[in-house]
Amino acid sequence: MSTLLAQVEIRDRTEASCVSDNGFCPDWIVDNLDRYVNPFFQHVLLTVVALAIGFAIAFTLAVIAYRRRWLIGPVTQVTGVLYTVPSIAAFFLLLPITGRGFLTATIALVAYSLLIIFRNVLTGLDNVPGETKDAGRGMGLTPRQLLWRVELPLALPEILAGLRIAATTTVGLATLAFFAGAGGLGERIFDQITFKSNVVVAGGLAVLLAAVLDGLILLFQRAVTPWTRAVGAR
Amino acid sequence: MDEGGGRAVNDFVDAIGFIFSERDSPAGGTRVGGLGEIWELMWPHLKLSGASLGIACAIAIPLGLWLGHRGRGGFLAINASNVGRAVPSLALIAFFMAYIGVGFTNLTLALVLLALPPVLTNTYTGVRQVDRDAVDSARGMGMTGPQIVRRVELPLALPLIFGGIRTSAVNVVATATIAPLAGVVTLGDPIINVNTYGDEGRLAAAIVVALLAVATEVALGTAQRAVTPRGLKVNRREALT
Repeated sequence: MSTLLAQVEIRDRTEASCVSDNGFCPDWIVDNLDRYVNPFFQHVLLTVVALAIGFAIAFTLAVIAYRRRWLIGPVTQVTGVLYTVPSIAAFFLLLPITGRGFLTATIALVAYSLLIIFRNVLTGLDNVPGETKDAGRGMGLTPRQLLWRVELPLALPEILAGLRIAATTTVGLATLAFFAGAGGLGERIFDQITFKSNVVVAGGLAVLLAAVLDGLILLFQRAVTPWTRAVGAR
Repeated sequence: MDEGGGRAVNDFVDAIGFIFSERDSPAGGTRVGGLGEIWELMWPHLKLSGASLGIACAIAIPLGLWLGHRGRGGFLAINASNVGRAVPSLALIAFFMAYIGVGFTNLTLALVLLALPPVLTNTYTGVRQVDRDAVDSARGMGMTGPQIVRRVELPLALPLIFGGIRTSAVNVVATATIAPLAGVVTLGDPIINVNTYGDEGRLAAAIVVALLAVATEVALGTAQRAVTPRGLKVNRREALT
């Protein structure tokens, strides 16, 4: 009877009892949202920096390998191994060399993204129709002009598809970056890993970030490749 | 810089020493390290990964074959991987721990969810990209639906199906590393409980996990080539999943 009365008494303070019962507590989430702001932006920074560096390296490698075909095998094999090594293992393999922190986490995330981007840029370039290239050459374009004005624009859908895959994967892997001492949303998940409200918010923010990045790249793709839309509308 | 480089080399030498020789735990009380212990950690790691992958295949392959054969549910089958990729494995495991519970069975279920999408998407895509003429001629020869699935669509889709299994396997082996968070001791234990195993134990575990993932990839890649019908080996480009 006394417990019942106590429950009635604290009904206004549902937040505290909800938290102690480990429920899903909207009130707690609203009150504690600020705890997620810093980890969220750390996560964004990690993902964007890793993607930018990964894209720059993989794109350059792919453009070079497109002309010098013998490079494709070795580059695929090396980036394939980097892709296969689990990032959590990569963090600790790098630890003796680069120490704890942002740098180590970024290197591991960049290493993971290389294969995805490299393969898609190369596939995109390879799928450019031969007639289009011939037409470009017939117009007197130099190989460099052909690459930048014909081949790369036509390869954009595949290139950006690769970037989208890399982006969502990197957001996911960056949740493990706290093992390397680089913070991020994973650290919030890990801190209270059995608390339902926390897991939903921190995990949900990561999923949201992946979805938003994916959507942004898709919008960008739509904007810069208007001709692909015209085909769809026909 | 030289000194730092020397220290890094020493760390790796110590870690390799940990793999091969037993020593006192830095936390005291127990002995850690040595091939025996590595195996004791690797066995549950393999068991967990194998069970999840097996269950995922048992669900995803028949489902993918059926959807692909009927030409239905493509939206679901194709978007499964996109959604799966967006959910971080740590978040998935944390969600299971908070809402369902810890332990081998719960963790296996979480990893099944992780392993399902790539196999489902690849099985579906594999069946759909089978030349329609091949299916039509099979039907013209009087094959029934199940016969077409078993004798035409499945063999021709096998390379892609194996590609999906390969993606999932490497992913599951990697994610099983954080299993100790959910109360299942795997090769990730020295990484998560560094106080018991020491820094060299943690680095040793990272080395073994990396090797295990690469070995899984190589083994399944070999299997994938072995199941590829001879006619498909010419000029095939792997799809990215």
